[in-house]
Amino acid sequence: MLRRSVYVVFMAVVLAFFAVPMLWLASAPFDSDPGLGLRWPDWTLDNWRITFDHPYALGSLVNSIVLCVVATAVTTVLGTLAAYALSRVRIPGRDALLYLLLLLSSVVTGTAAMVPIFVMMFQLGLINSQYATGLVIAGGMLPAAIFILKDFIDSVPRSYEESARVFGASPTQVLLHVVLPVARPGIATILVWAFVQAWGNFLLPFLLLRDVEQQPAAVLLRTLKDEGGSANLTVIPVFSLLYAIPVVALYLFVSKRYGFRFHGGIKA
Amino acid sequence: MGAIELTGLSTVYPNGVRAVDSLDLAIRDGEFFALLGPSGCGKTTLLRTIAGLEQASEGVVSLAGSDVTRVEAGKRGVAMVFQDYALFPHMTVAQNIAYPLRVKRAPKQAQTAAAESKAAGLGLSALLERRPAQLSGGQQQRVALARAIAMEASVLLLDEPLSNLDARLRLDARTFLKRLQRDLGLTTVFVTHDQAEALALADRIAVMSDGKIRQLGTPKEVFQRPADTFVANFIGSTPMNLLPGSVSDGLVEVAGARLAPPADLALTDGTPVVAGIRPEYLRRSTDGITGTVSIVENLGVTSLVTIECPGDTLVGLTVPEHEEPEIGATLTASPDQGRLLLYHGETNQLLGEAAVAD
Repeated sequence: MLRRSVYVVFMAVVLAFFAVPMLWLASAPFDSDPGLGLRWPDWTLDNWRITFDHPYALGSLVNSIVLCVVATAVTTVLGTLAAYALSRVRIPGRDALLYLLLLLSSVVTGTAAMVPIFVMMFQLGLINSQYATGLVIAGGMLPAAIFILKDFIDSVPRSYEESARVFGASPTQVLLHVVLPVARPGIATILVWAFVQAWGNFLLPFLLLRDVEQQPAAVLLRTLKDEGGSANLTVIPVFSLLYAIPVVALYLFVSKRYGFRFHGGIKA
Repeated sequence: MGAIELTGLSTVYPNGVRAVDSLDLAIRDGEFFALLGPSGCGKTTLLRTIAGLEQASEGVVSLAGSDVTRVEAGKRGVAMVFQDYALFPHMTVAQNIAYPLRVKRAPKQAQTAAAESKAAGLGLSALLERRPAQLSGGQQQRVALARAIAMEASVLLLDEPLSNLDARLRLDARTFLKRLQRDLGLTTVFVTHDQAEALALADRIAVMSDGKIRQLGTPKEVFQRPADTFVANFIGSTPMNLLPGSVSDGLVEVAGARLAPPADLALTDGTPVVAGIRPEYLRRSTDGITGTVSIVENLGVTSLVTIECPGDTLVGLTVPEHEEPEIGATLTASPDQGRLLLYHGETNQLLGEAAVAD
């Protein structure tokens, strides 16, 4: 009995710890005087009007979407094709190559490569280009995406493809009719993962997009301050809520549309 | 139209294994042909080489008289059912069956019509909208067959068609498969490691080991007159007695007995031989191989009795039910007329003709 009460109390504390920020995110945007604490809101929509009037707030969310769509599309498409090739074709040193890529990927877009990346992009004249920044982010995510997708495609039985080949399917048809649909849950996972990674990426856009008009939400959030230099608590709660919505929406959509796993058809 | 001819065919894997080793084989049009052998004997590789999924390293594969050795899988007019069936899990039964037509970009109506007619022929009409995961093993197998038939190929290849079904269903599927093959008249080659399956289904059997064909013949030939001791050992649900012995005075001395050799064989004294007698062809008699009963195994209608003979030789024979001897009793048995086979003691080859009179 005592153990059970201790357990319940412990779980309640842990739950509250995680629930408070969520409740803040739900209530503060509608409070006439939002603070950092949690309280029953004094209902108003003024914060929303002020945020929408902010010169860069909505624009930065659009920038974020552009950046993430580029990065996610490049990562998912190239990652899938590369993973399929690496899974099916035997080349010497394949596993070493994969591990090396994975190891380096954390360096490539990590803090260690900050200066070289900036210099390179500067010399290429690609500073302040959202597409170029999207490509750099995708470059950093690709090794991990390939690694995860290869594992996934490895588990797709070869007899599916061989069966399609025997019936006369061309390599493109094999890919489109069989491999992609069967690997769809894995691809969907990578798609959401890549989007979330790119959406929350601060360092690269901060370095490569110097123009405030081009900056994504993650970077703009840092600059939301009032005249006194302290956090602008009128705009930040609304902006945070808006910032959280696309990721949650994408997750729900993908999990509903593609997240289920096909099985059967192979008699094991 | 669907004859297959293999000439000097070898398939060598990159690691140097000669899975199929300079093999010659002609399969007739409309024949139901079995490739039989233990695992690792190259039978599946041979089937995949015919399908075009493995590239032949040497030799020629020809189908219906034309050389297809370098033709891609899918352009050879060869359909195949995989051991695991490989039904596409994201497609319905109808889509699976119509897949060979979809690849050829046939109109949607033709695809639906093909799916419906093939499904009707195999008793799958009620299942057209299901996905493979919602089917039983036997249903999945029939969908895989329907899909292969929908390709309208002249040759059908089956990789271990019955191995994934449970024992009871396997017998039904065996009968079903044999009737289907007869109705379609397709040249059909199947791979199996189960000798009973090969004997029951095939018109002719090739028994393989180490990438080579050890014996090619009708089920009757392979069962009654195995060409060497390997085939003799492999075929038959109870293992054949293979007893080393020698020839003296024109008689065969094995297991402490002297047996009369087959009439048409001229044997020189001192030749080392291996006598092969199936347990089913040994009868109790007054004269012959004598030993002490050590084990009795019940096989249903018959029992397999193992007797210990002089020289620590074990000999098995089957006896009808109700006639089982006591353990420890002495029992004498002799082979039925014409059922004693003699193999050369060194080459392990059958002495005499392998052909059987019907």
